[in-house]
Amino acid sequence: MAKIQVEHLTKIFGPRPQQGLRMLDKGASNHEIRETGNAVGIADVSFEVEEGELLVVMGLSGSGKSTLIRCLNCLNASTRGHIRIDGEDITRYDREQLLALRRRKVSMVFQHFALFPYRTVTENAAYGLEIQGVEPAERRARAVEALELVGLKGWEDSFPGQLSGGMQQRVGLARALAVKSDILLMDEAFSALDPLIRRDMQHELVSLQRRMKKTIVFITHDLDEALQLGDRIVLMKDGRVVQFGTPEEILNNPANAYVERFVENVDMSRVLTARSVLHRARVVAFPQDGPRTVLHKMNEENYSSLLVVERDYTLRGTISLEAAVDAARHGKKTIDDLIEETPSIGPDDPLISVINTLAGWRYTLPVTDPEGKLLGIVTRTGVISALAESHPGDSLAELDESAVDSIPAEGGEQV
Amino acid sequence: MNVVIPKFPLAHLIDVALNWLTTHFAFLTKALSHGVSLVIVGITDALLWLPPWLLIVAVSLAGWRVAGRRIGIFCALGLLFIWDLRLWEATVETFTLVLISTLLAVIIGLPLGIAAALNGRISKVVMPVLDFMQTMPAFVYLIPAIPFFGLGAVSASVATVIFATPPTIRLTALGIGQVPADLTEAADAFGSTRRQKLLKVQLPMAMPTIMAGINQTIMLSLSMVVIAAMIGAGGLGGNVWQAIQRLEPGKGFEAGIAIVILAMILDRITQHLGRNSPATHAK
Repeated sequence: MAKIQVEHLTKIFGPRPQQGLRMLDKGASNHEIRETGNAVGIADVSFEVEEGELLVVMGLSGSGKSTLIRCLNCLNASTRGHIRIDGEDITRYDREQLLALRRRKVSMVFQHFALFPYRTVTENAAYGLEIQGVEPAERRARAVEALELVGLKGWEDSFPGQLSGGMQQRVGLARALAVKSDILLMDEAFSALDPLIRRDMQHELVSLQRRMKKTIVFITHDLDEALQLGDRIVLMKDGRVVQFGTPEEILNNPANAYVERFVENVDMSRVLTARSVLHRARVVAFPQDGPRTVLHKMNEENYSSLLVVERDYTLRGTISLEAAVDAARHGKKTIDDLIEETPSIGPDDPLISVINTLAGWRYTLPVTDPEGKLLGIVTRTGVISALAESHPGDSLAELDESAVDSIPAEGGEQV
Repeated sequence: MNVVIPKFPLAHLIDVALNWLTTHFAFLTKALSHGVSLVIVGITDALLWLPPWLLIVAVSLAGWRVAGRRIGIFCALGLLFIWDLRLWEATVETFTLVLISTLLAVIIGLPLGIAAALNGRISKVVMPVLDFMQTMPAFVYLIPAIPFFGLGAVSASVATVIFATPPTIRLTALGIGQVPADLTEAADAFGSTRRQKLLKVQLPMAMPTIMAGINQTIMLSLSMVVIAAMIGAGGLGGNVWQAIQRLEPGKGFEAGIAIVILAMILDRITQHLGRNSPATHAK
């Protein structure tokens, strides 16, 4: 069973929500409903979140994503529909049950941190425990533990005002982690941070998530962030779900023009991985090969270099055409001592780092698994055409100009 | 032909209402008055029983701890000067009245301010009443106070409380209203009850504003306590009143300067109390 099930959830703000519902059912637009003094927060939203999943709700401002996340802990009372957490319908909860839900099961991290400025970092992290009535000594211990987890050891007795934005949000995260709830709601949690810090926090969230197996609902307006973090993504527009799927599904099969427009602007070099441009290495050399054998292999495929592997396909390096010709001239028996050390990349490296490695290397770039065995190769033309295909129209130019420019125009692998 | 529109008998109506209240409730208010006056006399006597130098040292130390060395020195010099002017007793009487009035004002004002902040309907009732209380000339409160509480310090402090409570109510409501929405939302999101939210988030966040309100209340009390000398409140106001009646400008200024010194000491110390409160750790 899914951890969180959201079924046909609708939230209408305003003086007469029932009237808004009736209009919605008759197919009125958000705009028409707004003229009656009501406003559609979210309309008929359904999705589910599996235990241990990181679900990203993604949309521009006004798309209803913040309204949605506040329904999940009933800070917003929903107008219609159901939310089941562990099978229990929380839209029917009374006040006592709601307090218990917010104290034990669902905790929240806020866009602007929402730390209490008059409390120390530890007292902030301990807030949820204090509300539950945990003994001072125990709650301090648990808060300190949570702070350590987010890398704030040594700052326990500072005040939030003395911390940088990134560190403040770590406190916010620690406050949510300290109560040991199963579900974490993160409302644009990294949007107020500058890009470098944001990337760090994303990485840390992913690694925390791997260790702690929380169920996380993460709100963002940034598709790059959504693709980076999300196991699955709910794409919202005007309070409705436009598409619900894995990042791959959304990138490859945009449900409609709206999603397509979104996806168009993604920096594909950060999303696509080396695996997507991986080719089989048709010809390789072995260290025991003689120079003439190598020259013959190169000649057949019109290559100016070959990758050299052991019999078990462990990568040794590269033999270049010049080196092979030279060795043949001097009558060497094998190419063993002519192998050039070669950079390699992993199959899950994003294209952006592939491009960077390619820029500093003349020959074919090998892709290896963690044991160092050759999986295949990537070529400059392969990378460029993958990026070009994923960007219909002129968007290749916007990509990351410096990175594309640094690829030599002439493919180095062709003679 | 002259048409005379009859005068609306507002004064008469108020007098009748007050008379009715006096005849039926004066025994209550008089009893209350007796109690309060015992407290006032008790505190005054206790403060006067202490040797002035000891009190001066204590206040100066407090000023130094709370507001810094300069304020501490100012407290010492100012109070020594008052002592030298032979106004020590009057100053202590005035201080006691301010203290009692401020305490009452806070006891009444703080809960009302909180209620007004949390409940729109209460706010709609309370705010116009506050406007009325503050703009009505302060002397007017003195007149009905006498039949209820008799001449003297108690009537003075009742009139003072009416005049001086509004800033505490207003700024308490303002301070709580100004707590950023994401902080109260965070309190809710972690399952705080309303009481927990108030005590752990709203009041601490509002504390600097509330302290500013209490500071205002103290200043208003001080100005009212002087006016209240007209109904026999005594203290420094009594000296001023006497100087007016005898046309002795010198004595009037002596008492006036003592009031200014007392006001500055109270103001600086309470201002710094507000500034040192925990919410000021905010950026």
